[in-house]
Amino acid sequence: MLHIVVCIKQVPDSREIRIDPKTNTLIRQGVPAIVNYYDLHGLEEALRIKDEFGARVTVITMGPPSAEKALCQCVSMGADEGVLVSDRAFAGADTLATSYVLALTIQKAEDTWGPVDMIFCGKQTLDGDTGQVGPGIACRLDMDQLTYVELFESLDIEKQEVVVRRHLEDGVERVRARLPVLITALDILNRPRRASLPGVLRAARYKPIVWTTNDFSNLDRSKIGLKGSPTIVSKTWVPEPKQVNTEYVDSANVVAAATDLLNRLYATELPQKLGWS
Amino acid sequence: MAEDKRRKMIGLQPEGDVDWSMYRGIMVVVEQRSGVAKPVSWQLLGEARRLADKLDAPLMALVMGQDVSHIAQQAIGYGADIVYHADAPELKDYRTRPYSRVCLKVIKTYRPEIVLMGATYTGRDLAGAIATHLPTGLTADSTQLDVDDERLLLASRPAFSEKMLATILCKQFKPQMATVRAGVFQALPYDEKRTGKIIAVHQDMHENDIVTKVLEFVQDDNRVNLEDAQVIVAGGRGLGGPDGFKLLHELANVLGGTVAASRAATDLGWIDHAYQVGQTGTTVRPKLYFAIGISGAVQHVVGMQNSDYIVAINKDPNAPIFQIANYGIVGDLFEIVPLLTKAFQERLTPVMAR
Repeated sequence: MLHIVVCIKQVPDSREIRIDPKTNTLIRQGVPAIVNYYDLHGLEEALRIKDEFGARVTVITMGPPSAEKALCQCVSMGADEGVLVSDRAFAGADTLATSYVLALTIQKAEDTWGPVDMIFCGKQTLDGDTGQVGPGIACRLDMDQLTYVELFESLDIEKQEVVVRRHLEDGVERVRARLPVLITALDILNRPRRASLPGVLRAARYKPIVWTTNDFSNLDRSKIGLKGSPTIVSKTWVPEPKQVNTEYVDSANVVAAATDLLNRLYATELPQKLGWS
Repeated sequence: MAEDKRRKMIGLQPEGDVDWSMYRGIMVVVEQRSGVAKPVSWQLLGEARRLADKLDAPLMALVMGQDVSHIAQQAIGYGADIVYHADAPELKDYRTRPYSRVCLKVIKTYRPEIVLMGATYTGRDLAGAIATHLPTGLTADSTQLDVDDERLLLASRPAFSEKMLATILCKQFKPQMATVRAGVFQALPYDEKRTGKIIAVHQDMHENDIVTKVLEFVQDDNRVNLEDAQVIVAGGRGLGGPDGFKLLHELANVLGGTVAASRAATDLGWIDHAYQVGQTGTTVRPKLYFAIGISGAVQHVVGMQNSDYIVAINKDPNAPIFQIANYGIVGDLFEIVPLLTKAFQERLTPVMAR
C-alpha cells in the first residue's frame, strides 16, 4: 500500500494579527491557531489518492503540545495517523533546522509504517512565508521535488510515476516525476473536504503520537532548534506609515479636474519612468 | 535497525574548520526561459553592483540553460564582472536536480560570500534546495538589501502579512543567501561597452540520470500579473458592480496598465480573486496606482502603500485612502474616470496618429 506523509504546521492566523499602535509590537493575544491553509490542500490531495488507490496517510508536525489539535483536525478529515514532534530543544528553529527534524521524522515514520512514496507540504506557511521547508526536506532525503503544484494530473502506480502541473509566473508547466516525490500544494490545487461524521468521532478519541528528542537515536543536537539555525533575526520594526502631503485636485469642474491631475502627474518623474510621450 | 542502513542525510554541516574568509564577492543566479532573462535578474544585478562596490568585491553572475551565451553577455552589460556560463541540453528547462548541481559546483569552486536570486517560483525552488545542500542560511522574499562593516548581508523582508519588516543575518556560514522580490530594485541602464570575463562551466549530469521530465510549458498570456505591473488601476465597492470595471479597463488600456481590485469587490464576486490587492491578495508596488472607489481599509493599504505614486478618487472626503494618496480627487468616479481616460489618450497618442 502507498504510504503518504503530509507535513503540516499550526500557525497563528496572521490575518488576525494586529499591531499595537502605541508600542509598535504585535498583538498575539486572541489570535486563533489554525492549520496552515496551504497544508490542508496538501492533505486533501493525499486523501484523494487514498480514496482512489488506497494509501496510509501519516500527518506530521513539529510544534508545541497544543499542535495536537491540528493533527486531530487532519484525522477528522481522514488521515490515518498524526505524529507530533515536540520538545523544547526544537524551539527557535529556522527553515534549515526545521527541515532536518521533519526529515528525521519521515525516516522514523518509514521505520514504523514502511517506505514513503509521496510527501505533501503546503507551498509555504502563513507565518513564515518562506516556502523553503518543502525543498529542504526533499533535498535532505535525496528525493525529487515538485513545487507550486496547481493540478495533480495522474498517478501511475505500475510505473511509479506522477504527472503534475506546476504554476509559474508566466504559464503552466507539465512535469513527470518518479516516486518517491515531494509535492508542495497551492490553494488552487483542490478544495479541502469537511470532516466526515466517522472522522469526527474518531478524532474526538484520537491521541496523536508524540516523539521527543529522546525518540530519535541518530539525532544531532547541534542541528536542531536555535543552535541549529544559521539565520538570525537581528531586528524587526513596523515601517513608518508613509508621510504623504496629499494634493487635492479641485473637482468642481470635472473636465478641468482630469486635466489638472494629468498635468500634475506629468510634472513628476513618471513620464520618464513609464515612457509617456 | 534501518537507521544504520540509511544513507547519510544531505545538508549536514561541513566537517572541521572552514576558512570562510576565502569566500569573496556576490553572485546573482540569472533566471531565464527560452533564452529570455527574467527582469528580476537584471534588477538584482543592479542592486548587487552597489553592494559589491561597497564590499570592494567582484560581482558574479551564473547563467544556466541551453543556447544562452547571449544572456551571459547581457549579464556583463547589466553590471557583472564575471559570468559563469553553463550551457547544455540537459539545462534547457529548469529542473531542480541538474540546476542545483551546477549551482553547488560553481559556489564551491568560486566561493562567493553572498548568493542572490529572484523570489520567483523557480528561484524559491532552487534556493531552498541549494541552501540545504551547502548548508547555509537563506532569507526568503527580501525587499531591502545591505551589507555592514563585517561584510554581513542584511536582508530585510516583510513579516506577518506585511505588517512588520525583519532584518535577517547569517553569521555562521557562507555564502549568505537570499531570494529577492521582483520589482523592488532597479536594473542599471544596459551598457553594451562594458567588459567582463565569461567562464564556461561544465554540466556533468546525463539525461538518463534525471528522472524528472518537463513534458510541456503552456504560456498563459492572460495570466493576471499584478506583481510586475508598472501601472495599476484598482477599483472597490464604489464601482457599484462588475460593470464599473469596464471604466477601469479603459483607463488601464490607455496607460498600458493592469486592472486590480479591493477585497470588497472580489468578495462581492464583481471580479476574480486573482485581481485582489491586499493582505489576502497580492502585494504590489507599481510606479503608479489608482485607487478608485476604494475606501482604504488596512487590509487593502498594506498591499499597495509602497507604490511610487498613488491617486485616489472617491466621493467620500473622509475615506482613509486619501491619507496615503499623493493626489486626491473627491468626486464622482463615473464622471471623472472617463474624462481622465480621454485626457491621457489625447496626450499619449502622437499628434500625427490622432
